[in-house]
Amino acid sequence: MIEAIGLKKYFPVSSGFAIGSRGSVKALDGVSMKVGAGETLGIVGESGSGKTTLAKIILLLERPTAGSLRFDGKEVAAFTRDDLARYRRSVQAVFQDPYSSLNPRMRVEHIVAEPLPRDNGMSRAEKTERVREVLQLVGLRRDSGGLYPHEFSGGQRQRIAIARALVTYPKFIVLDEPVSALDVSIRAQILNLLKGLQEKLGLAYVIISHDLAAARYLATRLAVMYAGKLVETGECDAVYGEPLHPYTEALLSAALPLHPSARRQRIVLRGEVPNPVKPPDGCRFHPRCPKAMERCRNEEPEGREVKPGRFTACHLY
Amino acid sequence: MPAPSRELPWFPGAILAALVLTAVFAPYLAPQSPTEGDITQKLIPPVWMERGEGRHPLGTDRFGRDVLSRVIYGSRISLVVSLLAIGLSGTFGTALGLISGYRGGFTDSLLMRFTDIGLSLPTILIAVVLVAVSEPSFRNVVLVISLLLWPRFARQIRGETLGIKEQDFVALAVVAGRSSTWIISRHIFPNVVPTLLVISTLQVGYVILLEGTLSFLGVGVPPPNPAWGLMIADGRGFLATAWWITLFPGVAMLLTVLAVNLMGDWLRDHLDPKLRQLGSRAETEPAAIEPVPEARPRGAAAGADGG
Repeated sequence: MIEAIGLKKYFPVSSGFAIGSRGSVKALDGVSMKVGAGETLGIVGESGSGKTTLAKIILLLERPTAGSLRFDGKEVAAFTRDDLARYRRSVQAVFQDPYSSLNPRMRVEHIVAEPLPRDNGMSRAEKTERVREVLQLVGLRRDSGGLYPHEFSGGQRQRIAIARALVTYPKFIVLDEPVSALDVSIRAQILNLLKGLQEKLGLAYVIISHDLAAARYLATRLAVMYAGKLVETGECDAVYGEPLHPYTEALLSAALPLHPSARRQRIVLRGEVPNPVKPPDGCRFHPRCPKAMERCRNEEPEGREVKPGRFTACHLY
Repeated sequence: MPAPSRELPWFPGAILAALVLTAVFAPYLAPQSPTEGDITQKLIPPVWMERGEGRHPLGTDRFGRDVLSRVIYGSRISLVVSLLAIGLSGTFGTALGLISGYRGGFTDSLLMRFTDIGLSLPTILIAVVLVAVSEPSFRNVVLVISLLLWPRFARQIRGETLGIKEQDFVALAVVAGRSSTWIISRHIFPNVVPTLLVISTLQVGYVILLEGTLSFLGVGVPPPNPAWGLMIADGRGFLATAWWITLFPGVAMLLTVLAVNLMGDWLRDHLDPKLRQLGSRAETEPAAIEPVPEARPRGAAAGADGG
């Protein structure tokens, strides 16, 4: 349904008075991915790996520097007005911070109804009914539409944000760190809600998270990003069971295991995330990689299918 | 900065209430006509002095007009000029600030340079130019004050807009397919209203002083209207012998400006704590200080994940 091919996003770095720009931040450097109907793609990676930039491009909040984004086979850059309106109805988002994502001076009913286009043939009464319906769907009272956001807790606010994302009967929702800002006690509730909604409504999700447990809970496929590139993709369980890329291995070893007494070996990475203005030559991970070889320093690995359904960009395979 | 007091601003509140009531009920309160005087009754001192008369509690001016009545009617002029000038410049400045802040880029640079020009206009020069090219009139006073005032609104509202447009609900409104017009009117404007209220109040004192200055220079409200600035100018030649002509409108102006500034400070502290560092200096310094949009704790939490 949504397909990205070789997406790049460079942010120019200007330096004071100098005319023109000196280099650019390569936030996203050739990322390809695909999400089918009803599927959940988990995108994990540390801060600065380009996860949020990818989300912004999918939501058409940023234009990619290069590469193509397709929706149902149609190129987004060549959208007509109607295509764009359809995309806006089909693709919704839930962001991390439930405080910043709800306008404090708007009533809940107006917040939730915002994605409904004015001329979609629904009468005012129908719109009101739809808003009540989605409020109920996310586990809030049907009549909470008259209240303001500050009358709700963080978890309830996130439910309002989810209700807004559902109001247009979308097919696809981008979840950018949907539970990271919530109390641990609330996270499971929201994740369960998201999972239940997906089963009930047949939604496709992209869940972006640095919380591996949250991503694993929802995702069917997992994509691991490092310094603006995809280093590994595959079925979620397969990636967790047998990480191929050394970075994935290190990332997963930092997460708590499912069973408290499970034996685990921590792989502690040395060094820093590379400077996105001047990423290292060769493989971007090589300065920190415990398995780096001579070849990694000079030659950038291509993403290849090394096992059925498993793609990774590493010279080890 | 100490925590804002929870007490209501009774002192400025009382003065402003009195001012508004005086302006509204001026015809019932004023003992005499503000514009017509008996030349034989000129320069009568206030009632408590020798030669004072009960008919003229605060004395009369050089045309025999009752000072008290003129001060009472003068409150109408100050109030109406303030409301009109702030309404006009506030609307224009706010619209410009919203567009400039939300659009950003070239539009922003262009509009802000335009605002810089507005901010650099020297008050007195404008007044003198005005006297050369046109007749003093009520309309011109309002226009000139608005001309000098709108950049303050534009600057402040732009700064506020820059902070608000980074909030997630703005991005989500774009995702929801809403237009810029919708976002500015439904998301950004409602969130700048407290700031707008605070700056408007803080400008009232400035407007009243400016109107007084213009009237004093003879380019303001034309005589024989009882504008406070005009009365002060009128009495200037008689300061040694008939100080009451100048003193009472001066006191009225002083109390009004003091009250609105105190009220503005109170509003600022209670409605919009972010503006606190601005202080009431903004009235006296023509170069309005633009606040750097501060990273709010919540916004910072969202921005921390560059992802």
